[in-house]
Amino acid sequence: MNPFAAIGRGTISLFAEIGRFAAFAGRSAAACFMPPFFFGQFLRQCLQIGYFSLPVIGLTAVFIGAALALNIYVGGARFNAESFVPNIVVLGITRELGPVLAGLMLAGRVGAGIAAEIGTMRVTEQVDAMTTLSTDPFKFLIAPRVLAAVLTLPVLVLVADIIGVMGGYLVAVNSLDFNGAAYLRNTFNFVEPQDVILGLVKAAAFGFIIAVMGAYQGYNSSGGALGVGRAATNAVVGAIVLILAVNYLITAFFVE
Amino acid sequence: MGANLKLAGLKKKLRGRWVLDGVDLDIAPGRSLVLIGGSGQGKSVTLKCTLGLMAPDSGQVLVDGRDVTKLSRSAREPVMRKFGMLFQGGALFDSLSVWENIAFRLIYSDGVARKEARERAIETMRRVRLAPEFADVRPVELSGGMQKRAGLARAIIAKPDILFFDEPTTGLDPITADAINDLIVEMVKELGCTALSITHDMPSARKISDEIAMLHNGKIVWRGATASLDSSGNAMVDQFVHGRAEGPIQAVV
Repeated sequence: MNPFAAIGRGTISLFAEIGRFAAFAGRSAAACFMPPFFFGQFLRQCLQIGYFSLPVIGLTAVFIGAALALNIYVGGARFNAESFVPNIVVLGITRELGPVLAGLMLAGRVGAGIAAEIGTMRVTEQVDAMTTLSTDPFKFLIAPRVLAAVLTLPVLVLVADIIGVMGGYLVAVNSLDFNGAAYLRNTFNFVEPQDVILGLVKAAAFGFIIAVMGAYQGYNSSGGALGVGRAATNAVVGAIVLILAVNYLITAFFVE
Repeated sequence: MGANLKLAGLKKKLRGRWVLDGVDLDIAPGRSLVLIGGSGQGKSVTLKCTLGLMAPDSGQVLVDGRDVTKLSRSAREPVMRKFGMLFQGGALFDSLSVWENIAFRLIYSDGVARKEARERAIETMRRVRLAPEFADVRPVELSGGMQKRAGLARAIIAKPDILFFDEPTTGLDPITADAINDLIVEMVKELGCTALSITHDMPSARKISDEIAMLHNGKIVWRGATASLDSSGNAMVDQFVHGRAEGPIQAVV
């Protein structure tokens, strides 16, 4: 076997897959702006993706905020900078940990769900049935999910920001002997609107990635239960990798 | 009244093999043709290419003389409105109730108000002898035969010009299968539509068709009136109809 041929085949196949995904993402985005609009489906997805994700996002945020406060306290104590705990907690949560952890959690909860649902519809011919009933699956199935994810993820991240900061506050006040009023004053004085905006921009981008990756894997699944399972796994892994890469790109763009 | 459906030189290659190798079929308005053939001979691919679910590599699908294979998605929309399809497994939407499944096209494509759509769905349920009590249940709560009836109701509710049936009796007991066959004949006659079906089930094929065509190696190898099936003079048709392992067709095991 020629190793160069194998590398070449792998590279071509990788670029072909990237091309297919980009075309799918473009068609999904276009479907969000072209009538007909299915508002009932959109509202259902807002509930499914946004509202029902609140507990998992809240729990993640409170523990991350608390752990972050402890770590910053220990690290800060090495050069007498313990008082910076509220500043670094709010910066870390709003700019980075809030959107990224919310994105990763939702890649598992929502991305896998979208891939499994659309994948099952694909292998049981429900997607084909929809086409024969003069309804575009991109407009009925995919666009409402993409729009709901793009619009609800920033709201979830905003909630995660608040709960994460409160997690840090609880630990700082109850375990690290911080003054509660001073902690909150430091937090609000330090955080700037662009810190929060950066996190919300990231959240919207991550919402798009999660929904489109889930839909792409589900829409192209085949081979029964095995294929649907594979689609769900690929949706989660693909979304996580893309979220981390896009997170770096957005951060670099804002920093510059 | 049914539409004329014509497939001309339809070709499709999958995984390096010509699954369809120049399929020609012409079905006159109001006639019912059943396509028979062994597994993997291209029956489902023929149906998918005709419905626009799969793009053929070459050839034409003509509906009332108009080639629909080259149409854009939006231009294809009016053509799809002429079609009704009963899928093998029913393909009912799990997340919707039975009546919402049946009225799907009316609600989401034709913009009919939900109240009127529900009334029309229940009326159509009666026509396919599916009790209206099942209107609000989920498809998963229906038996196989009921799911087929619901699928048939969904296919006919918008009064299509051409009906497609993919293995309409698969997975049903003989009595239920015969009831579904009767229903198909009744609905096709009542609507006056053209019908193209694919099946392995020979009693079903005999009952629901005016004509039968056999697909083998991607080509139509025989076509004739249903009454002439037993005297086709074609060894492949004879082997298939009588279900013999010996003959010109190699069994795939």
